[in-house]
Amino acid sequence: MTNQPAKPKDQNQNSFDSSSLVTIYVMGKAYQVPKNLTIMKAMEYAGYQFIRGCGCRGGFCGACGTVYRTKDSYKIKVGLACQTVIENDMYLTQIPFFPANKATYDVAKLEPTTQTLVRHYPEIMRCISCNSCTKICPQEIDVMGYVNAAIRGDCERVADLSFDCIMCGLCASRCPAEIVQYNVALLARRIVGAKIRPRAPHLRDRLRELETGECLPAVEELTRLGEQELSERYYDKKVRDIEPE
Amino acid sequence: MYPDSMRESIRRMEATREARMKQTFPMRTAEEKKELLRRFHPDYIEESMRKLAVGPNQGERTPNELADVLEAWPVFDETSIDLSQVEQDVDVLIIGGGGAGAAAALTAQAAGARVLLVTKLRTGDANTMMAQGGIQAADKPNDSPARHYLDVLGGGHFKNIPSLARALVLDAPGVIAWLEELGVMFDKQKDGTMITIHGGGTSRKRMHACRDYTGAEIMRVLRDELVNRNVSRVEFAAAVELLTDGRGTVTGAVFVNLETGQKWIARAKTVILATGGCGRLHIQGFPCTNHYGATADGLVLAYRAGAKLIFMDTIQYHPTGVAYPEQIVGLLITEKVRGLGAQLVNDQGNRFIYELESRDITASAIIRECREGRGVRTPTGVFGVWLDSPLIEMLKGEGAVKASLPAMYHQFARYGIFMDREPVLTYPTQHYQNGGILIDEDGLSGVGNLYAAGEVSGGIHGRNRLMGNSLLDILVFGRRAGKAAAEAAKATKAVPELSLKHVAAFKRELAAAKVPRSRKSPMILPDYRQPAMRGRYSFLGPDPECVLPAD
Repeated sequence: MTNQPAKPKDQNQNSFDSSSLVTIYVMGKAYQVPKNLTIMKAMEYAGYQFIRGCGCRGGFCGACGTVYRTKDSYKIKVGLACQTVIENDMYLTQIPFFPANKATYDVAKLEPTTQTLVRHYPEIMRCISCNSCTKICPQEIDVMGYVNAAIRGDCERVADLSFDCIMCGLCASRCPAEIVQYNVALLARRIVGAKIRPRAPHLRDRLRELETGECLPAVEELTRLGEQELSERYYDKKVRDIEPE
Repeated sequence: MYPDSMRESIRRMEATREARMKQTFPMRTAEEKKELLRRFHPDYIEESMRKLAVGPNQGERTPNELADVLEAWPVFDETSIDLSQVEQDVDVLIIGGGGAGAAAALTAQAAGARVLLVTKLRTGDANTMMAQGGIQAADKPNDSPARHYLDVLGGGHFKNIPSLARALVLDAPGVIAWLEELGVMFDKQKDGTMITIHGGGTSRKRMHACRDYTGAEIMRVLRDELVNRNVSRVEFAAAVELLTDGRGTVTGAVFVNLETGQKWIARAKTVILATGGCGRLHIQGFPCTNHYGATADGLVLAYRAGAKLIFMDTIQYHPTGVAYPEQIVGLLITEKVRGLGAQLVNDQGNRFIYELESRDITASAIIRECREGRGVRTPTGVFGVWLDSPLIEMLKGEGAVKASLPAMYHQFARYGIFMDREPVLTYPTQHYQNGGILIDEDGLSGVGNLYAAGEVSGGIHGRNRLMGNSLLDILVFGRRAGKAAAEAAKATKAVPELSLKHVAAFKRELAAAKVPRSRKSPMILPDYRQPAMRGRYSFLGPDPECVLPAD
């Protein structure tokens, strides 16, 4: 991340008037920025160009997990920089990377037993139920709840509770037991997807048809049609009827 | 929370809800569609595009913002690089770490190639991660690949390259099966049957989803698999030029470490570009739904190496971007919201288009409503139309919004808007690059040993892509390119020669066309700082070559 000193208020070329400015502290350094911006846009306004700590800018990628406090409060709060609106006197630091342990495995060979998760991540047994992970999660996931489910070996419960995880890593950064919760959850979801839920029967049927070449002639015929003929078929309700809701 | 001025409009919308629920809205005819596009689609604004003066597509029209990066000078002097210092030497070099790059890397490595994946941000930092709605595949008994093909061609205005569309629909069920085996958690019934819904322009319900985290779920699984299979990766390294043997065959690339500014070279027998699209160029000043890194770098590099681009005069505007609140303007409201039954309603409380027309048609209709005075005005003077999301609760039962659209629900709830009870305001936003590097069924470009997969490639979707076909295309063509590139690499015995002669030749063209020397590319990352703060720093370090010279 590169940065430049913030400009004094009166030099703002922007349309924001000075009464609408608030002060934020980026890693302790003060900047005056227009209110109502997200943390990410406020930092860019202040002169930062992100390399780390910025990803999809839409709340899905987990690159911009940000920890902050406000003045006169001991409480640590969190938010995604791309989604959280700034407040006056906000002290910010981004945690774009946190070193994490990840087990490696061959999904095809995994057995969906109650012991699978704990065998790959034995440290989950060290959970002291402090709930720091749940409190810090910007996605409001019940992280401790799914760690407890992982200890019980209930992969489906872990998968369901953790589904909205964007793997920002903030939970792992706070865990006194040094658990990497989001990697445990990822393993559980993959076990559920690959080993516990039944495979789609209609998909197997279609794959068989593709293998025997049954589907091919109809597609081949269409690839030979010109624009006019294709258009006629496309708009012909008998050829291309729409499946009702 | 909506201000009072908007609440009044919501009341008008609510008053017509019951009648609207019973209403069936007709689809537009071919003629009506043409007229709607011609009058309201941004692609039809003459002065928004210009003819390219240099390169393989010379004389063809493309948006000004894209022309500005295609017709631009390299970011470093090609004579300043020592090409004998090869840092990485591999069979298959993959540039880009999104869904297409990951699929290509996994496939190429499985085919026995020595693989290196280089990406300019983190692995998985890509539009793939943001795709919410779903992935298409004709795998239900009432559906067929031929039907899928016809839908794809109709969406693309019948301009698609037939062999590419054919590959797309025939590989689709295999891709879903591959993801299922890897453990992607598709929405399923108890017996394993996929829960599928409609998308814009589909004649069958063939949209497979993982709640509204479909792309994120696929990407986190593929990324996990890259680690499990120990695929070599370098992150925070941007490709700034391709290398060729000087006779039109690609042999590697020059990268820059974004954090140290150091440049380094990778030599490869084959190269796969999977760098994504151009959303962050903000065509015509539109907000965009794209990832921070979507700056068209791959197009720029391939163009200099002689690759022909196709359909570069058409950009997809997603019909439903966020129009309110201000903080998240331009972000995506997934098409799945309409797939689940939410209706588009104007300020007068009326529907004005069948919600699941293809994207270009729906976007044009929304623009028409706003331009003709039937849009809803926000306090900052932005216009939009309502997306009546509470209707989903009435159609699918209480709690349906939260269960099917958790990401969307969460995003609006942060700003005090609860989409199971209140509508959301929407306006088109720049979403997708319909065209790109022209490829064949193996992902091979017109340049020797240069492959492309994903949004950087073009031809598959014709002039307009349907929802759910991009998550599909990145995997279909990522896997095809990975396999073909691995095989081509194995067949190459000689050590590839490295040169930047193609860059020198391109520079001569630029000079002849009098392209201003301050215009440089690839962009690498957009710069959202205040204008006065720009230009002082560069991702390319303090190298004097990188300081922008005056014209």
